[in-house]
Amino acid sequence: MRNTLKTREDRRKMVLTVVFAVICIIYVLPILIVLINSFKSNAAVNTETFALPNEDTFMGLQNYIKGMTFGSYPFIKAVFYSLFITIVSSALILLCTSMAAWYVARVGSLFSKIVYYLCVFSMVVPFQMVMFTLSRTANKLHLDTPWTIPVVYLGFGAGLAVFMFAGFVKSIPLEIEEAAAIDGCGPLRTFFLVVLPMMKPTFISVGVLEIMWVWNDFLLPFLVLDINDYRTIPIVVQYLKGSYGQVDMGATMALILLSIIPVIIFYLCCQKHIIKGVAAGAVKG
Amino acid sequence: MKQIKRKRDAAALNSRLIRRPIQRMVWLFLLPTFAAFCIGFLYPFLQGVFLSFCKFKVISQWDWVWFGNYIKAFSDSSFLHAFWFTALFAFVSVLFINTLAFAVAYALTQGIKGSNLFRTVFFMPNLIGGIVLGYIWSMIFDGILVKYNTSVVLNSKFGFWGLIILICWQQVGYMMIIYIAGLQAVPEDMLEAARIDGATRWQTLWKVTIPNMMSSFTICIFLTLTNGFKLFDQNLALTAGRPFLQQADGSVIKTTEMLALNIYNSFYSSSGNNRGTAQAKAVLFFVLVAAIGLIQLRSTRKKEVQQ
Repeated sequence: MRNTLKTREDRRKMVLTVVFAVICIIYVLPILIVLINSFKSNAAVNTETFALPNEDTFMGLQNYIKGMTFGSYPFIKAVFYSLFITIVSSALILLCTSMAAWYVARVGSLFSKIVYYLCVFSMVVPFQMVMFTLSRTANKLHLDTPWTIPVVYLGFGAGLAVFMFAGFVKSIPLEIEEAAAIDGCGPLRTFFLVVLPMMKPTFISVGVLEIMWVWNDFLLPFLVLDINDYRTIPIVVQYLKGSYGQVDMGATMALILLSIIPVIIFYLCCQKHIIKGVAAGAVKG
Repeated sequence: MKQIKRKRDAAALNSRLIRRPIQRMVWLFLLPTFAAFCIGFLYPFLQGVFLSFCKFKVISQWDWVWFGNYIKAFSDSSFLHAFWFTALFAFVSVLFINTLAFAVAYALTQGIKGSNLFRTVFFMPNLIGGIVLGYIWSMIFDGILVKYNTSVVLNSKFGFWGLIILICWQQVGYMMIIYIAGLQAVPEDMLEAARIDGATRWQTLWKVTIPNMMSSFTICIFLTLTNGFKLFDQNLALTAGRPFLQQADGSVIKTTEMLALNIYNSFYSSSGNNRGTAQAKAVLFFVLVAAIGLIQLRSTRKKEVQQ
């Protein structure tokens, strides 16, 4: 009796595994199709999307070469700007908002309370609400280059980050910081040597969310940056496809693949942290 | 009495040890973030609210028109169409994403082989940006539909369901992660008690597991609902509002245009003549998103308390 139950359970699990293996293959299929099509000629992408390239339609690396310089904008420049903006913005957000959140959580003054509630409020405001005025303000203050746009990201992204950090700081016992203070640490040393190391899990959560947001963001850099000089990857892809008329689908697919590869490498490297960070971040939010 | 005194002593000690020194360094700890926050959010937000009551083309030249922009926004048939389209989309996407994500999460916590690999795969599309996603799927949909001599931009039904498929592909993995965390937090002894009492798998799921993870449902429904209403990149990349429908009065309705895209179009097309109306639409959009978020959070939180 026990034995049959167990085998039935095992069989159920086997079936589930097979079903999920099939679903997973279907799940990655869109990316494989992009890979296949990035080697095909333009006409073949539109008519025989799902066929493997044959002798007539195989283009070799030509699509990639074409895509790299499409629209007289070198793709490598866009990669550099995307990387720079993402890294600097995320680092700036993590550093500044964690400090601000510590201040807000530990100093119960009226000002800090106002800042905290403004941050919470800003989380429910969609970007379209401030889209126009924000891009004009950024232009006026010359924040419209990749070197200065992190300030805009810090401003618009502060809400969620401060909220998450402050939530965490409130959960750590005050005694640890008191002990540090009694031992003669000033606020700076207390923060960087005592509080910051304890914040590590929240750091990862916030970091993952900010990196995913900034790297993939299209509208903010599109409206704020001077598009003739500075483009990020999503902007290049949008220009490539959005220009009606002769869209070279093969080259577009090559570029799309190139833009996905860094993301997938990043994901496979820190997969564990990303998934943990998302789960932890959601529970607190 | 003694206790109160001790408490006050502790507070005084606190403020001397922790509060005061931090407060003295406000310029370092709080001001950089606050300044950026003012530039990146507060000032644009207030200016946006102000300008929604004005007729303007550039920010420096405005005429106060009271509620004129709001009246215009409500009488704009494309805006109303975008509202209903978005509401329907958000509703359907919440339903599909959460059902699928919970089903997958439940199956993957049954201890089957390869769960970790499956989880990794399902989460992956989340890291791809909306614009790129939109173009990947527009190629796939057109590749299928070209066999029937049509395209995803020629029929608003295709556009709608295309967006639903796309958004499911992107977000099921994310919500699955949250549901898995919720499922793993269900107390093991409760499940065991149910098993000993002879509850079937189905009964255990409905009576024990789900009531114990209502907070996961709250957060997932909140996220999918607001994401659905705020969707922009995917909409722009997949259909950009096509197919367009010419109205009898000469105006054009973009049949698959959602609210965010509608606002964007009224800001940046037609030579900026309707920017006041666009800003009023944006304020309405903000009120809508905020209200939905609050109502939804409150109503599901109530259910959490009850059990």
